[in-house]
Amino acid sequence: MLGKIATPVLAVCVFLGLWELLVWANGWPNYKMASPSDLPPAFWKYRELFFTMGWQTLWRTVAGLMLAVVFGTLIGMIIGFSRLARDALYPLLIGFNAIPKATLVPVISLIFIGQHDFNTVLMAFMISFFPIAVSVGIGLSTLEPEYRDILRALGASRFTIFRKIALPKTLPEFFGALKVSATLAFIGTNLVEIVSPHGRGLGALFKSGETNGDYPLMFAVLIALAFLGIVLYYAVIFLERIFAGWAEREGG
Amino acid sequence: MSHAYKTKGGLLPVLDGLEVAVPEGTFAAVVGPSGCGKSTLTKLVAGLMKPDTGEVWLHGERVTAPRKTVGMAFQNPVLLEWRTILENVILPLEIVAPKMPRARRVTRAMELLEMVGLVGFENKRPSELSGGMRQRASLCRSLVHKPEVLILDEPFGALDAFTREDLWQTMRDLRRAEPFTAVLITHDLRESVFLGDQVIVLSGRPARTQYVMDVDLPEDRTLDVLFTPQAAGMLHTLRDQIKIAQGRGGKDH
Repeated sequence: MLGKIATPVLAVCVFLGLWELLVWANGWPNYKMASPSDLPPAFWKYRELFFTMGWQTLWRTVAGLMLAVVFGTLIGMIIGFSRLARDALYPLLIGFNAIPKATLVPVISLIFIGQHDFNTVLMAFMISFFPIAVSVGIGLSTLEPEYRDILRALGASRFTIFRKIALPKTLPEFFGALKVSATLAFIGTNLVEIVSPHGRGLGALFKSGETNGDYPLMFAVLIALAFLGIVLYYAVIFLERIFAGWAEREGG
Repeated sequence: MSHAYKTKGGLLPVLDGLEVAVPEGTFAAVVGPSGCGKSTLTKLVAGLMKPDTGEVWLHGERVTAPRKTVGMAFQNPVLLEWRTILENVILPLEIVAPKMPRARRVTRAMELLEMVGLVGFENKRPSELSGGMRQRASLCRSLVHKPEVLILDEPFGALDAFTREDLWQTMRDLRRAEPFTAVLITHDLRESVFLGDQVIVLSGRPARTQYVMDVDLPEDRTLDVLFTPQAAGMLHTLRDQIKIAQGRGGKDH
């Protein structure tokens, strides 16, 4: 247990040390690249902003991610159960996913003018539902027929088979996708926060750091984002342990 | 009955004029060349598919849809990894008898687990058990709701020879304790003779009944029975029938 915490903490310390060394060895001034030792003052100076903006970013990301879970699972169920729907929807989904989401920022901010919260949540959702939809779809469509037959032979309804077999069997794939989606959702949120004029959230704080040439602040924002990303990722792992802990193999 | 699958190349007839009758309470072993439609037969009996022509009757009722009085076990034990062995065995009861109290479900499941020697493993996950043990648990699941008809689709096919013989004896003991009519699909002639009251040989595709043998061995069989001249004679006859079914009628003795 101690090793489980000590190992990653040590790895982070080594990383920060190398970063510090890199900046020091090259003699870079902090308007070229800030070093880890510049960050604590930056965090302290803007501590209130970090809390309010960090909260803005976090709740909008989580809201977008939850939308992505609901919508992605629904789409996944549709393409998982119906061949016709799969053939029809796959090209659309892949095409949509291939569009760089930055190009959609002006589109949605024109459609929903001034709805900053809504736009941010929407972007977090749009960027993160795809992995969930695909993995749930694949999980359901690759369910071995025998698994269905053991209940179907007893006259169980499609819904019962879904609830007792297909749904739990797909959970490991679902959580695998959710880990990818959680980090993607942050990218979506920040995209809107950075690009929108007078935005809020950590992205907006980054933007203001850039405008004012406050490089330590910009790096501090990046570290804060990384930290939030890690927190959300481990929250997903925590849920995975509860709902799909059975899929973990001993000594894996 | 007859049945055909729709494929890209047109209709693929798998069963053609197949007639099988299994008296209530007896054990029928069905053998035949691979790909002859044995598994299709199980799906028809279970009501998972409807024959194109002909009828399936179980215990005086025509089969038109899946029914709760059937139990199935396959070559793959298909246990649910997120459930313990006990919860896996109970699964059919959740469908067939949703109102049965939990205590009675557990009692019934444990009764079967005891018969197959899995007491002490009921709280393990399927992945913690060996292949033979998983197949035992799968047999318990197929019997937990006291089915009238047990359909076994090569349940011992993927096991090693010794484990398989163990399972044959377990099956024999289960039969003594539980009143079911069984249809066993297999490609192992010794298995068919050891477990069956009758052995039905299917012809190559499209399958029809080619040969039916009544197994005239004592009720209480031990593995030794397979080494008697009587059993050897039966196995020989069956072997010849399989060769005919494969379309190589007795040429390569």
